[in-house]
Amino acid sequence: MLHIENVGKSFGALTVLRGINLEAAAGRITGIIGPNGAGKSTLLNVVGGLFPNDTGRILLDGTDVTPLPMHERARCGLVRTFQISRELGELTVLENLMLARQAQTGEAVLGALLRPGSVAREERAAVLEAKGLLDNVGLWRLADQSARALSGGQKKLLELSRALMLKPKIILLDEPAAGVSPPMRLEISKVIRGLCQDGMTFVIVEHDMDMIASLCDQVYVMAEGKNLTSGTFGEVVADDRVVRAYLGGVA
Amino acid sequence: MTAYLVTILILVCIAIILGLALNLQWGLCGMVNFGMAGFFALGAYAAALVALSGAGTLAGIVVAALICAATCGATALVSLRLSDEYLAILTLGFGEVIRLVTLSESWLTGGSLGLPGIPRPLWGWVSEQNYELLFLALLVVVVLALFLVLEVLIRSPFGRAVRAVREDDTVASTLGKNVTMLRVKAFAVGGAIIGIAGAFHAYYLTYVDPSQFSAIITAYTFMAVIAGGRGSNKGLLFGAATIMCLIEGSRFLKDIVQVLDATQLASIRLILIGLGLILFLIYRPQGFLLEYRLRSSSLLARSSLNGATRMHDFKQEAS
Ligand SMILES: Nc1ncnc2c1ncn2[C@@H]1O[C@H](COP(=O)(O)OP(=O)(O)OP(=O)(O)O)[C@@H](O)[C@H]1O
Ligand SMILES: [Mg+2]
Repeated sequence: MLHIENVGKSFGALTVLRGINLEAAAGRITGIIGPNGAGKSTLLNVVGGLFPNDTGRILLDGTDVTPLPMHERARCGLVRTFQISRELGELTVLENLMLARQAQTGEAVLGALLRPGSVAREERAAVLEAKGLLDNVGLWRLADQSARALSGGQKKLLELSRALMLKPKIILLDEPAAGVSPPMRLEISKVIRGLCQDGMTFVIVEHDMDMIASLCDQVYVMAEGKNLTSGTFGEVVADDRVVRAYLGGVA
Repeated sequence: MTAYLVTILILVCIAIILGLALNLQWGLCGMVNFGMAGFFALGAYAAALVALSGAGTLAGIVVAALICAATCGATALVSLRLSDEYLAILTLGFGEVIRLVTLSESWLTGGSLGLPGIPRPLWGWVSEQNYELLFLALLVVVVLALFLVLEVLIRSPFGRAVRAVREDDTVASTLGKNVTMLRVKAFAVGGAIIGIAGAFHAYYLTYVDPSQFSAIITAYTFMAVIAGGRGSNKGLLFGAATIMCLIEGSRFLKDIVQVLDATQLASIRLILIGLGLILFLIYRPQGFLLEYRLRSSSLLARSSLNGATRMHDFKQEAS
């Protein structure tokens, strides 16, 4: 599904990614772990298109998406969430979701003004779909609240639902459990597992090892901008290079 | 007295049109426009020149709207690769350029003397003493039309996307929104509206000169939008009316306060207006009204209602 080939990225003199390779299989959950500052979020930023990469390329279903800007990658079905939740605070929870619908007549100025019938029909379809997604994570009762008013955990669920509204092929999650209480973590894990069973593909960056262990089929370990190793969760934690990387210093 | 009232209402209407434009550009899309006065002048001069050439006042309005839309769109496009602050500087600079051009390119703009004798729309439809009333009626129709169009836009997916761009453009693009195009479109539509305001300004006064377009217009428009509640067009109607009434009404101060002379009062007037706005913002920082938000019930209720009517029709057909 997603192939990351030899991706490198520097910010000025600071080289953050040094030739990362990664492959996320369709319908699977691929984990990325590594110590703070390993470059995991930067990798997601580059894959999502926030920063251009210096070397390498990114393939989605065999198509090279490297030259595409962020919004076109999203339209290809590649969507990501953020380590620190980025809800659109002044919009309601429902509006946050409705926004993610693609190819809406009313998104063009003339479409919005001249084709009110199509717009109304699409809006109703969108609200029903959003209701389904929000019901699934228990946020429908908050649909008309400002997204700003949600709790940290609810914001994570909102971001996940918003990503789903886009009908993506693959979702990249940056620390979906960060700052979330243990019961809410279980809730988020359950939602992700359910979606995976329905055929969604995920890449998850996470420090919560229980979550990685319970969800991921394949785990990549990154340290100092490089691939350290990969394998099942059991395999990578048995590797002492991984333990040493977490304790500081790369093998 | 009625004549004075009509004049004030005409000024309020023009202020409202300017406010509607800024509310789209800055209120909804978060793009500051410090060049309001400049774009306003551009619209006024464009309409004046077209009308003076004999092409008609309607053509003047259309050309003013198109020219202002194009320049606003281009300004937004140029500033896109730069950060938000640059748009502020760019628009500010643009306003200044327009002012200088109107002053110095006298072959086109008449220089500091301006362009006199601009034809008026619907001139000759009514007697001359009733004309201003007709002009006001026309302007009210235009304001209402623009208001409705903008309300539809705000409530549409376009409006939602534009608000999302204001909140967080990175998130908007990760959701597949072409942020560049949305910004350019919002700024251009706003520009078209400023152009229309400029045209009516020129038609109302029947002459334009550079002194009419001082930067204070930009400040008044921001005040109207802030007082009305950023993002709310309904609030803006109150905001623009309040600001214009303060500005115009305070002219009467000289009749009430006898101790100060006219020039002293003129300066005090501005201080009072500023003070009024500051107090207002302290006690009602969100402005008169809040921005539109989608209510889930409005969409869901309507869809179930449609279901009900359809069922009703079906039953009638069956019987
Ligand atoms: N926009 C940027 N400009 C400059 N340096 C950056 C930028 N983004 C990230 N970095 C640097 O890249 C390095 C890796 O950061 P990154 O956020 O990718 O780490 P991470 O693996 O996600 O860490 P964490 O687990 O703490 O989230 C850091 O040293 C950071 O300072
Ligand atoms: Mg990170």
